[in-house]
Amino acid sequence: MKMTSLDRLLLLITGLLSAYQIVVGINDLSTAPIIAYTIAFGVLLVAGLLLIILGFDALDAPIVVIVSTIIPLTLSLGLVWEHSAAFRVPYLVFVVLGFLAVSITRSTPMQNKLPTATIALVHGVAGLTIFLLPIVIALQGQVQPAFALVGVGGALIGLGGLLLSFLKAGKPILSRETILKVLPGLLLLMTACFVAGFRFG
Amino acid sequence: MSALMTKIRLYWPLIKSTQTGLLLATGIAGYLSAGTLIGLPTLLGVSLTLFLAISGSTIMNMWYDHDIDAKMKRTHKRPAAAGLLSRTEVYWVGMVISAIGVGGALAIAPLYGLVVFAGWFFDVIVYTLWLKRRTCWSIVWGGVSGAMPILAGRVLATGQIDLVGILLALAILFWIPTHTLTFSIKFREDYANAGVPTFPSTYGETFTRATIAVSSVLAAIAIGWASVLIGVSAGYLRLIAVLTAGLLLLAFATFRVGSERVNFGLFKYASLYMLASMIILAITAF
Repeated sequence: MKMTSLDRLLLLITGLLSAYQIVVGINDLSTAPIIAYTIAFGVLLVAGLLLIILGFDALDAPIVVIVSTIIPLTLSLGLVWEHSAAFRVPYLVFVVLGFLAVSITRSTPMQNKLPTATIALVHGVAGLTIFLLPIVIALQGQVQPAFALVGVGGALIGLGGLLLSFLKAGKPILSRETILKVLPGLLLLMTACFVAGFRFG
Repeated sequence: MSALMTKIRLYWPLIKSTQTGLLLATGIAGYLSAGTLIGLPTLLGVSLTLFLAISGSTIMNMWYDHDIDAKMKRTHKRPAAAGLLSRTEVYWVGMVISAIGVGGALAIAPLYGLVVFAGWFFDVIVYTLWLKRRTCWSIVWGGVSGAMPILAGRVLATGQIDLVGILLALAILFWIPTHTLTFSIKFREDYANAGVPTFPSTYGETFTRATIAVSSVLAAIAIGWASVLIGVSAGYLRLIAVLTAGLLLLAFATFRVGSERVNFGLFKYASLYMLASMIILAITAF
């Protein structure tokens, strides 16, 4: 499917918002969340640029499933590290093992449902963490209410991740055309929610 | 009036505006990277002299290479190659613009002018007239020439050739193969038809792709090192690191996958990367 000028514009704004977040949005945090968020928004930025350059066909590359796992994993790791100190080490272990599991199951030919189950588990846990943690701590008053926007972004990234993963697994929830039509807007909305949540939360 | 407009329409493609614009951006970034207070007249002087010197050398390239341009699909419509402008006219336009650019640069500051002249000399004399038709290694000298605007900008701001200036020049020097070798793979038949030796035709595509990957790594190291020495803030360093990771990933993919699409993706990303790096260096110095 051909990428329209509007798609490119939306992806460019997504990239610029990600760049803003990397440069100024995470300056006051400690080292581990800075690294985690830099990776997350960095993948978003580079992926946006590559989509603009290569078009939607870039999504057909097998590595996309692995790379798209990095965003929720590192975002959720940053959130857990910042706001849930007791779970730092166990969650870091989950992130490392989760990423390795996705990488191995996606790069080794398998006939069973293990690759899909692995993706669903890893995306599910990371997505729920990004969705629930900001909303819970915002409700508890630990952060400003606007931080809940990060949770909204989490819901959107979960939705985008699911749509793309099932499409790549050959069991699309929506048609490829529909997914590609909404993807740039979804990415922008998601990134805007993250940036606004971090800025005002 | 319409005759003048027609001339401008014919002259404009002679300067390869995108390439000239990118090199000009590196020169301005080199100047601003020193973090000195910008004097508007000086900034205008840098912009104008670099623009004219780079444009002049590009026109001289068009003048000399009109015959091989005419044999290549990609370039046969260029005004000199297509016969829309006479060779003599192109030559004099190139020489006059070059003289004004280099002369103006020398008038602003002798060392700055010398570096600008070196860029012109390496491009026109060493690369175009001497080596381009003889050896595929001519691109190294084309690269040296392309590295001069950023060094010139830095030299004008600092009054000397310092380590940062050399690193910035090296970054451009190593970035240029990423750009030109990718191009030479995509248009290898064109170059073969014109009898221009290229890396793919001399050493094969695998070696060329490996060279692209290695030069990308070296460009990234040089730009990263220069950024640290300039004192780029942590936030912008993170951004440069992210963009660099993208460049290295694509360079690695080009080497491993070797598809035409990934190849051209690297070509475009490398330009974007260099432009973004220059903008970051320019704005963070303040």
